[in-house]
Amino acid sequence: MQTDSPFNRLATTPAEAVTLEIDGQPFIAREGDSVAAALLAAGAVPSRTTPVSASPRAPYCMMGVCFECLVEVDGLANVQGCMVQVIEGMKVRCQSGARELTEGDFHEAV
Amino acid sequence: MKQYDLVIVGAGPAGMAAATAAAEQGLTVAVLDEQAAPGGQIYRAISAPAPQDEHILGQDYYHGRQLLAPFTQAEVDYIPAATVWEITREREVRLSAQGQARTLRAGRILLATGAQERPVPFPGWQLPGVMSCGAAQIMLKTSGLTPPAPLILAGSGPLLLLIALQLHRAGVEIAAVLDTTPRENYLKAGRHLGGALRGWKVLVKGLGYMTRLKGSSVRCLSRVSGLRAEADDHGKLSRIRFTHKGKEQTLNATSLLVHQGVIPNVQLSRAIGIDHQWDEQQLCWHPRTDFWGETNIPGIFIAGDGAGIGGAVAAEQAGRLSAWQIAHQLGKQSPVDRDRLAEPVRRDLASILAIRPFLDVLYQPAKEFLTPSDDTLVCRCEEITAGDIRRFVQSGCIGPNQTKAFSRVGMGPCQGRMCGLTVTQIIADTRQTTPAEVGYYNIRSPIKPLTLQELASLADNDSSQSATENN
Ligand SMILES: Cc1cc2nc3c(=O)[nH]c(=O)nc-3n(C[C@H](O)[C@H](O)[C@H](O)COP(=O)(O)OP(=O)(O)OC[C@H]3O[C@@H](n4cnc5c(N)ncnc54)[C@H](O)[C@@H]3O)c2cc1C
Ligand code: FES
Repeated sequence: MQTDSPFNRLATTPAEAVTLEIDGQPFIAREGDSVAAALLAAGAVPSRTTPVSASPRAPYCMMGVCFECLVEVDGLANVQGCMVQVIEGMKVRCQSGARELTEGDFHEAV
Repeated sequence: MKQYDLVIVGAGPAGMAAATAAAEQGLTVAVLDEQAAPGGQIYRAISAPAPQDEHILGQDYYHGRQLLAPFTQAEVDYIPAATVWEITREREVRLSAQGQARTLRAGRILLATGAQERPVPFPGWQLPGVMSCGAAQIMLKTSGLTPPAPLILAGSGPLLLLIALQLHRAGVEIAAVLDTTPRENYLKAGRHLGGALRGWKVLVKGLGYMTRLKGSSVRCLSRVSGLRAEADDHGKLSRIRFTHKGKEQTLNATSLLVHQGVIPNVQLSRAIGIDHQWDEQQLCWHPRTDFWGETNIPGIFIAGDGAGIGGAVAAEQAGRLSAWQIAHQLGKQSPVDRDRLAEPVRRDLASILAIRPFLDVLYQPAKEFLTPSDDTLVCRCEEITAGDIRRFVQSGCIGPNQTKAFSRVGMGPCQGRMCGLTVTQIIADTRQTTPAEVGYYNIRSPIKPLTLQELASLADNDSSQSATENN
């Protein structure tokens, strides 16, 4: 995890602090942050590498469209980080290359 | 399976206004939305906006509270963090929430699924450090986070200027705003000035953004072309290059925010098989709907930006019109009452929409973003370039479903959301025909990837609900 030039936090309205783990490191996010926002605030950029050429990527649209924010959340791979909110104790991992097959595997075609 | 008179997908202005209006007419209503809180894209996090200083996001954003209050009070089953991944012609709505899938049955369905930003393909747009303007705005609204300096914004359209202004008000240092609107657009848009003057309120607002930005210390360059982003040794954004007044320039950048307007989110409407048409002015597809938002599939309606880009206030009004027609169809309201309610709303809509042709033509993206250079990645998921697509056309592909078979373009996790429009336009351009003739990808359900566990839960949840209903 690289930590240079993360996003800056402005003066905000009150909210709970949420402690999560990003690649094994503790990080304090704000309640209401998406996992993708927490990654950017933590400077965890790139947050994944692609399965095709292993090129680095980071969240791009923050609204569920681009799928660049795919990460592992509590052991489940390929989670859209921008569509999930942080919760206390959550464990997030940056994803490199293709995911490994897990029990909660994708179902791509019905 | 729970049954509602009306199931609405999306809790943006269109969905919130429609739900409130339908509940007032006595309909049983469910609202499903992927986000954790109501608001849609414009009013993201309106129930708990992050920035303390309300001056940063401005009045138009806080207008969302006027929609939120009645929506929260209305008798509506609002289900947040729920993704709708399939809708059948028999009006069954399948969704996933908290890792569980289930089905709702609906008398009528309203898609209020809004817009997405138009893909902005150019060399280097996939680098970490490049984001869409909307993404930065979402982070500002929900988390009070701002991107690291040096920061550059590049693109075209009112939202680019609005976001630059919001970040500037937040005290963020902006190195430059690069406007890529082609010069000839001003001439072309001039023909629609008559309509624009009828929609003068919007025009004045747009001009306001521009003068405030120009009057600030922010460096604004217009008629920029040839945008490229370049990486450092770690593969992250470090520099951008562009041409301004015939001269190539280079600027250091840690963050680049890009924007080329918004387009309807057609993933669900496509997957249901609703008719779509190519919009020559907005340069995108939109579903065909009637006067009230009903599609060619009876009982399925679309309101708001998902039916064609009209902006937040238009979305709100269109949501109400659909709700009243639905109430009428379900026998809750006479045609006379419906028309009495609709009349002033329709007049308001006409005046809001009067400016659209002017804006749409003025902010048509430059050709370099519609049909990008050969070395530009078009499909970010499968890493297919514009040059690849052109080669497939030369070897005989006439449409997007064939280029897909050739290369997996559009088959990655985003299911074509980021490349679909560009692939159609490149094929049309190479074949020298129209996007309407080329067509679009076939989109199939589920429109969002589903885990096997979710799929397995569907059968259980649907039958246990039916059991409770039968008791
Ligand atoms: C990122 C972004 C930022 C914008 N910011 C502004 C702004 O500041 N000012 C402005 O005037 N206009 C803005 N716009 C334009 C704006 O989107 C619209 O004018 C307005 O929000 C449209 O309202 P709507 O109700 O049609 O859709 P939206 O407000 O977009 O609401 C659609 C809702 O549907 C939900 N949804 C979509 N698909 C599904 C699904 N399959 N399952 C469940 N839920 C789903 C989404 O989560 C979303 O909440 C923005 C657009 C984008 C894309
Ligand atoms: S950042 Fe685009 S889908 Fe999450």
